[in-house]
Amino acid sequence: MIYIFIAVAGFIGAVLRYITGEVLFRPDTIFPFATLFINIVGSFLLSWLTFHTLPMSAQLKKAIGTGVLGSFTTFSTLSAETVSLLEREFYAVAFLYISLSFAGGTIAASAGSKAGPGKGGEV
Amino acid sequence: MTILSIILVGLGGSIGALLRFSFSEKWNSGSFPTGTLAVNWFGSFFLGALIGAGFSGHPFLFAGTGMAGALTTFSTMQLEGITLYKRIERKRFLLYQFISYTGGIALAWAGMWAGRLFH
Repeated sequence: MIYIFIAVAGFIGAVLRYITGEVLFRPDTIFPFATLFINIVGSFLLSWLTFHTLPMSAQLKKAIGTGVLGSFTTFSTLSAETVSLLEREFYAVAFLYISLSFAGGTIAASAGSKAGPGKGGEV
Repeated sequence: MTILSIILVGLGGSIGALLRFSFSEKWNSGSFPTGTLAVNWFGSFFLGALIGAGFSGHPFLFAGTGMAGALTTFSTMQLEGITLYKRIERKRFLLYQFISYTGGIALAWAGMWAGRLFH
């Protein structure tokens, strides 16, 4: 049963990422804002979901966390975009992109674990 | 953005998420998230190869945006990272992040070169 949940949730997460990317993407900018935005927001939400006690079954929580948010955020696109920046010799932009992803993702995940009421869920 | 492109991304996303779930259930241990590292590395190589081989349009939306995008994950990596950090395993936290990024970028690069051989 959990496999069906994960499949449906993966569908939703990937589609949300695609639509967000299409909306945020600007062909005239070099910096990959869309992926950075998606990854930081997704990290905050997954951490918030994981560290808080919520009125839902463990299976649903796993489906939303691993399925929707896991698929919403992406690492392969980040890697490929970095390589593309490096190949076009935008070294500083590539460095900035990785630094902001690392710092932003870590801060977002940390903030998500602390934010709001109902804290106490365990990993 | 059409209904077909959304469905293709979604179907690819289902497959990617199922593969990632299976790997993380099997390989992630309490001490180190090997499963997540493996899918992030493999997915980076796979996406690089698709780009190098010149995939575009609907095939890329399914296999690249959908499958490789959902097979890999950033949010889980960050969650695992801060979990290690909270357990005061600072060195392991830094090691995990460092090898994820350097390995992922290097493998995406290798994937693009490999893909170009078939372009």
